[in-house]
Amino acid sequence: MSIWGAVTKTLGGAKVKKLFMILGMFLSFTLVAAACGSTIEDAADTATDAASDAADAAEEVVEDAMEDDEEDAMEDDAMEEDDAMEEDAMEDDAMAEHLGDGSLGTVVVEAGAEVQIRSLNAISGDVAFLGVPNQRGVEQAVVDYGPIKGFNVTSGQGLDDLCSADGGQAAAQQIVADEQIVGVIGTSCSGAATAAAPLISAAGMVMISGSNTSPALTSDQQGNAGPDYHVGYYRTAHNDLFQGAAMAEFVFTSLGLTTAAAIHDGDPYTEGLANAFANAFEELGGTVTTVTGVAKEDTDMVPVLTEIAAGSPEALFFPIFQPAGDFVADQAPSVPGLENTTLLAADGLLNDGFMGLAQSEGMHFSGPDTRFGTNTNESTGVSAEEFLATYEANNGEAPAAPFWGHSYDAAAMLLDAIDAASWVDGDGNLNIDRQGVRDHLNGIQGYSGLIGTINCDDFGDCGSQKITVILHNDSGDIPGSLENVVFEYAPQ
Amino acid sequence: MTTAVRAKGAPRTGVDWFLLVMRVGLIAFIVIGLLGFVAQQIDPTNAWATWRHGDEGAARLSWAQFQGLVVTGLSQGAMYGLIALGYSMVYGVLGFINFAHGEVFMIAAFTGFIMSTKFDQAGWWDSGAFIPAMLFTIVVATIVATIVAVVMERVAYRPLRGSPRLIPLITSIGVSFFLQNAVILLFGPGAKGYAPFPDWLDKDRINIWQIGESDTGVPEYLLSVENKKLLVIVVAAISMAGLWYFVERTKTGKAMRAVAEDKEIASLMGIDVDRTIVTTFAVGGAMAGIAGILWGILFKSVIATTGFLPGIKAFTAAVVGGVGNLGGAMAGGVSLGGAEALAPLMVLDPWGIEGPSQLRDAVVFTLLILVLLVKPTGLFGERLSSEDRA
Repeated sequence: MSIWGAVTKTLGGAKVKKLFMILGMFLSFTLVAAACGSTIEDAADTATDAASDAADAAEEVVEDAMEDDEEDAMEDDAMEEDDAMEEDAMEDDAMAEHLGDGSLGTVVVEAGAEVQIRSLNAISGDVAFLGVPNQRGVEQAVVDYGPIKGFNVTSGQGLDDLCSADGGQAAAQQIVADEQIVGVIGTSCSGAATAAAPLISAAGMVMISGSNTSPALTSDQQGNAGPDYHVGYYRTAHNDLFQGAAMAEFVFTSLGLTTAAAIHDGDPYTEGLANAFANAFEELGGTVTTVTGVAKEDTDMVPVLTEIAAGSPEALFFPIFQPAGDFVADQAPSVPGLENTTLLAADGLLNDGFMGLAQSEGMHFSGPDTRFGTNTNESTGVSAEEFLATYEANNGEAPAAPFWGHSYDAAAMLLDAIDAASWVDGDGNLNIDRQGVRDHLNGIQGYSGLIGTINCDDFGDCGSQKITVILHNDSGDIPGSLENVVFEYAPQ
Repeated sequence: MTTAVRAKGAPRTGVDWFLLVMRVGLIAFIVIGLLGFVAQQIDPTNAWATWRHGDEGAARLSWAQFQGLVVTGLSQGAMYGLIALGYSMVYGVLGFINFAHGEVFMIAAFTGFIMSTKFDQAGWWDSGAFIPAMLFTIVVATIVATIVAVVMERVAYRPLRGSPRLIPLITSIGVSFFLQNAVILLFGPGAKGYAPFPDWLDKDRINIWQIGESDTGVPEYLLSVENKKLLVIVVAAISMAGLWYFVERTKTGKAMRAVAEDKEIASLMGIDVDRTIVTTFAVGGAMAGIAGILWGILFKSVIATTGFLPGIKAFTAAVVGGVGNLGGAMAGGVSLGGAEALAPLMVLDPWGIEGPSQLRDAVVFTLLILVLLVKPTGLFGERLSSEDRA
């Protein structure tokens, strides 16, 4: 008799079915929990008006700029001391001059070994278009920067955040297990960062992301830390409060539309941005008819679009990813009530894969201002144009997503910080003070990067916060669409 | 037969009470939700709606929007039904769930993608040759799916014939992973888009009898169906009818039913059991193949994991309709697809649940639980072989 038969016989067919049923119940409860568990309220709380903080920010800049001068002076001293040290072996003085108080311990790189940093980006799966250019940006920055105090730097094997909390957590565990690692450039996705940041922070390392934009990861721009903020987290990408505000202002003032709806997919990035947009839009005087969610694997969007159509919005903002975004853009015009609705998306869909689809034509996209032109990174002396030329020569293609410059600057900032917080001891080993690395990053003001001027606030937001909205008219001419800027936004 | 577990007159146990509460609770939840929906259609600011949605009340659906939901549910459900047939037939004959069946569906959708891009490059896709090209694509995808299903049976399941049924079940999960990863290896992990379909298929609709205009001046019709969805429903209906004829009216179909009833006695009657089982897999594969192409027409894109969720839902549909019962599988698929499209707005939204569309998958599995609670043999009853009933 078969096992199944035996089980069925001993338990009775109905009991087996009960077993199935309980299994089924468990499954569906898990699904409900997964759907409801995401931080709807958190995101809503943090997603407040971004524009009104301009004054605060300006004051801060003035104050910090003064500190900055002192710091620069300090750095210079440290560097001079290093030179002197090699000749005179005045260790004590050199130690006194580096940044940091040693409270998070030091990393000792033995003579001849390499300084270890890591790239943690989404390099496989649907979002690889975003992570791969990020990782290449990091690798190129390491090459351009050269050695620190005679020690070579390596970003090792690029790690994968899988664009998910699971992936971020697994990679972060791998990173914190290696005590030689000083800092991480990543993650690509905010969802991965919420899981990775606490681990990296607790290990005394730093993490600088080139493309996380969720407000929850830093602050609400009103001086309150976001629910997922952890000390030692920084980013060169913008805070989505600004992107949401930019899109809202564009829709309300430039397009002159007064009703709008938004779709997210439960991911912290999409949810944060959808809510930031909704709040900013209402703040401007518009009406938000619906903010709702889809599941990432959904293909049939008619039900969710019908839910939205019931409120008859004039604009629909869906800051989500592929492939769900493909289906929303394709199916929206066929849903009664959305025939003439203006479709808008954000930087998650601002890539060749989506913009090459016929259904993306006529849509508006918000995203970071990528007109970097001849901006030059002050640490490596490389300009954006030079970077792109090298990138294309090395990889045979242009970057598929816009955050390569942010990742490049992030890596250069980290290497600067390591330089400022390290000293070579009498045995010829490089000592890096972990607290010193953070101190340096905290004090960054007026740093010139590929993306423009970088200022770090108290919660790790370092981005230039410049947002542009483009109009995409031709799926066959994506570079042309990227140039077709119809709206510019800068918070100050 | 949940209720039959308890002998007549035996005292109710805690489990019985729990199940009763679940049954009553779920049905009450649905009924109240539906009543709430009707109420908010009549008056969006009625007391219930303002309680659940705040002072502005709930949103009202127009007739065209409601129709759109029904049609999308039907077309989605028709696909689930087609896939469910394969699960149900294999279960009827061999008594195990072939979890790799969803992958057969995915491979058919991939075949359609390859064919469509090749035809597009050859210039057939957007010219007058579209219809023959499309028919050829359907035929090829169906054949590929059939071959995959048959090879799967020959390589993975036949050597295990006679072993405990848990073994082929686990093997089928292995086959599923193998096929998924083989496709990732061959075509990469990203989504692949079909060549654009002509507008008459993709965008145009059939409109019958104009009944008015919406606020924005868009005409409203008594009946308005997108051509592609109509095509999906019609093709699925024809395939199902063909399959029903095949199983119920032909000799091979009779042999299949005999093998499903009792393999040993069937072979004593001169039926080639192995061959009949291969036929079962082939027919199931063909149905999944048609479903795969219909998927391509509806969603125009395919990814290596496309087969997973529809596969699980089709399996659920087979259980909802009654395992081994072909009519049940079709009905189960359609009702599941319908519930998935309608329940978020007609049941969950009136309760004021935010983002109800995110809960579509939960709706499907809750429906499964409900059916198992109320009618454990599925809507149309199981058809199991004599040994399963023992």
